[in-house]
Amino acid sequence: MLELRDIQVDFDGFKALGGVDLTVAEGELRFLIGPNGAGKTTLIDVITGLTRPTSGTVGFDGHDLVGRKEHHIVRLGVGRTFQTAVVFEELTVLENLDLAASFRKPLWSLMRQRKGVTEAVEEALSRTGLEELAERSAGVLSHGQRQWLEIGMLLAQRPRLLLLDEPVAGMSREERERTGELLTGIARDHTVIVVEHDMEFLRRYASQVTVLHEGKVLTEGSVDQVRADPRVQEVYLGRRASDAVGTGS
Amino acid sequence: MNKTDVMNKADVMKKADVMKKAIYPILVGLLVVAAPFLMDAFRLNLLAKYLCFAIVALGIGLAWGQGGMLTLGQGVFFGLGGYSMAMYLKLQEGGLPDFMVWSGVEKLPALWTPFANPVFALATAILGPMLLATLLGLLVFRQRVRGAYFAILTQALAAALVILLVGQQGLTGGTNGMTNFYDLFAWDLAEDSTQRGLYFVVAVVLALLYLGARQLVRSRYGRLLVAVRDGEDRVRFLGYDPATVKTVTFAISAGMAGLAGALFVPVVGIISPALLGVVPSLELVVAVAVGGRYALAGAVLGAVVMGYAKTAFSEQFADGWLYLQGALFILVMTLAPKGIMGVIKRARTA
Amino acid sequence: MEAFVNQLPIGLSIGAVLLLIALGLTFTFGQMGVINMAHGEFIMAGAYTAFLLPGLFVPSLVVAFFVAGAMGLVLERLAIRHFYGRPLDTLLLTWGVSLVLQQLARDLFGAPNVQVKAPDWLAGGIGILPYNRLFIMGLAIASVVGVWLYLVRTKHGRRMRAVMQNRRLAATSGIDTGRVDMLTFFIGSGLAGIAGVALTLVGPVGPSLGTYYIVDAFLVVVAGGLGQLRGAVLAAAGLGLLNSYAEFWSDASLAKVIVFAAVIAFLQFRPQGLFTVRSRALS
Ligand SMILES: Nc1ncnc2c1ncn2[C@@H]1O[C@H](COP(=O)(O)OP(=O)(O)O)[C@@H](O)[C@H]1O
Ligand SMILES: [Mg+2]
Repeated sequence: MLELRDIQVDFDGFKALGGVDLTVAEGELRFLIGPNGAGKTTLIDVITGLTRPTSGTVGFDGHDLVGRKEHHIVRLGVGRTFQTAVVFEELTVLENLDLAASFRKPLWSLMRQRKGVTEAVEEALSRTGLEELAERSAGVLSHGQRQWLEIGMLLAQRPRLLLLDEPVAGMSREERERTGELLTGIARDHTVIVVEHDMEFLRRYASQVTVLHEGKVLTEGSVDQVRADPRVQEVYLGRRASDAVGTGS
Repeated sequence: MNKTDVMNKADVMKKADVMKKAIYPILVGLLVVAAPFLMDAFRLNLLAKYLCFAIVALGIGLAWGQGGMLTLGQGVFFGLGGYSMAMYLKLQEGGLPDFMVWSGVEKLPALWTPFANPVFALATAILGPMLLATLLGLLVFRQRVRGAYFAILTQALAAALVILLVGQQGLTGGTNGMTNFYDLFAWDLAEDSTQRGLYFVVAVVLALLYLGARQLVRSRYGRLLVAVRDGEDRVRFLGYDPATVKTVTFAISAGMAGLAGALFVPVVGIISPALLGVVPSLELVVAVAVGGRYALAGAVLGAVVMGYAKTAFSEQFADGWLYLQGALFILVMTLAPKGIMGVIKRARTA
Repeated sequence: MEAFVNQLPIGLSIGAVLLLIALGLTFTFGQMGVINMAHGEFIMAGAYTAFLLPGLFVPSLVVAFFVAGAMGLVLERLAIRHFYGRPLDTLLLTWGVSLVLQQLARDLFGAPNVQVKAPDWLAGGIGILPYNRLFIMGLAIASVVGVWLYLVRTKHGRRMRAVMQNRRLAATSGIDTGRVDMLTFFIGSGLAGIAGVALTLVGPVGPSLGTYYIVDAFLVVVAGGLGQLRGAVLAAAGLGLLNSYAEFWSDASLAKVIVFAAVIAFLQFRPQGLFTVRSRALS
């Protein structure tokens, strides 16, 4: 479904990505890990059109995404969240979700008053558990709720491929757990790529993992394979593997 | 909670809101209808003039307050509308327009001929500005030129247009512009009754545009516009092209300004470059800020209040007005950035 | 061909004036995101300084720098610094200030234009090059070199560049960004004062002098790219030449429309101006 070939990104001489290949099949849940600055966010930026790669191709469903505008890529069915959730604070939770769900409608039809709640919005509300907050303005949400709203907006878009950039960063233990369940639910009927840093989270919810390091794919495989790989243990945060990817705390 | 619950709750809230809020539109409506009986012809004419400015301000409120596009060149669109109407009025008199005779033009320029048709003139007054705004919007917004850059470009356009109008003496009447209009269709513009009728036309147009704009703001499109204002780059990842959203809004605001210009000419009886350059364009933005940019009603209120303030103060203190306007503006920006509407809202909730 | 050559010094000296004005703007805009509409009135203040110091042309350049700089400093301290991060609001605020300053000038010096007598040694010229225009170009070049030396050679200049590139990082590495802002504003406004004195060589002085140049100067900033010295130089020269040739070859009244269209066309290729720093942050 998604096929990256030899993606290179050069920021004024600094190689953020140095030839990345990545293939994700339909229905897969793929975790993308790697130390800070490995290029994970940059890779998502490349897929979604925010950063144009210096070279390489991004194949999605027979389309090459390189050079397309961000909103075109969304219209092809690729959605993303951001490392620090960005929601529209002046709008209510419901309005945020409704906007996310409405982009396929022609512009003039948006000029009519919204009546009721569409199915996609309702599903996003219930999946993220934000029903009670539907009429609240998004500006009053807590950090965790904002992340959920962003995931909800992503769901409301009904994309075919979901890219989540560190969805549990900064969350409390319970919040992580809820997000993990949410993610498991989503992965059941979607193709998902999750960038995640948190090792415990990874152990609990991940199956397939790709490790990025200094702009290159270091290794790929199941969680256990990756954890056992001495190279991963070596690069990961410079700590011994047993501390970082190992038994956890 | 399910779908119907969410809807019912919203419905109940809306009904209570409507009852409480209906009082203001009714009051304003009564005032507008009563105005011709409360003031003399001169004052009524002034009010009609302010209402024309209020139409421009409404467009600014939409583009700037809701959409975040600070347009400093609404005078351009106002001017296109005004000049179109003025050309029609001039051609109604028959013969060559007076200023052309004075500047030695002998034959009516080809550009002028279609303006003898009132439908063409009015359509140009509205569609011309919309077309120009669409063109500019597409060129600028697609390249993601925005914020202060956009403001500067619109200001440069206003400056350029004034110089062009002044320079094309034989076509436009130069610095003096056009004045001395006599009839609009069959009505004598000098008659009080004509002016009273014009006042009602302006008031009704403003009211309709206001209602339309409010509907737009409350629609999905309006929410989208606010989203574009607050996070244009994020909106792209919701699958929308912000350039389109902004261009459409900018074009609507330009159309409003054009229509306002077309109404202004028969009401005030003159159109000249001084009425549409950098300063008048900015003055209206200031009026919107004073009234409250985030509420459409604030834009309208600001235009009327600032119009009256300007007249009252320049009658009494002449040049003092500039100090006062400057000072007032500095104060509003520092102390009440949400303008009069913001102050009212705060007083109500406190 | 001859007309082409004759028009060259005029275009270049317009460019030089625009550059003097835009230098200050590009740094206050680039560093603080401030659009200072009162910048035009600092030009006017510089011009009136020359008017008040008849026969003292060169000293008036220095005095004008400090007069306009001080005005900028006061404006920054009293008002603008409360508006950082709200560029559009600053624009409107400073426009209010600009109105007040223009009226003040009208009350102090009268509404009609006044003439400043140019020093005798600037009369005449070599061939088609009048000395006064040559002097303005020299002044602009000297100012650019001065600003460049300041930016790369002095401690304050390096701090200024640091703040311009990344304000937060600069603040956390111990730079007093408030002080840097003050100084930037002082220098930027001071340069406007110098531009004002230069303008007295080519025309009369009036309360609305600044308004004639401010729009074009902002176009230079837009076309040059924020906080970019080389961008400002190239854009100012380009716009100056375009202005003078458009005026010469078409109708004078069409020149500004042509310049405007050219800037829009240019932005189709370089939406962020000639030179930019790449960044990926969602603004
Ligand atoms: N616009 C940019 N300009 C220069 N360097 C950048 C830019 N964006 C990212 N980088 C660099 O690219 C590298 C990869 O960044 P990123 O993809 O955010 O890493 P990760 O998400 O894995 O932590 C980092 O070293 C970062 O500093
Ligand atoms: Mg990252």
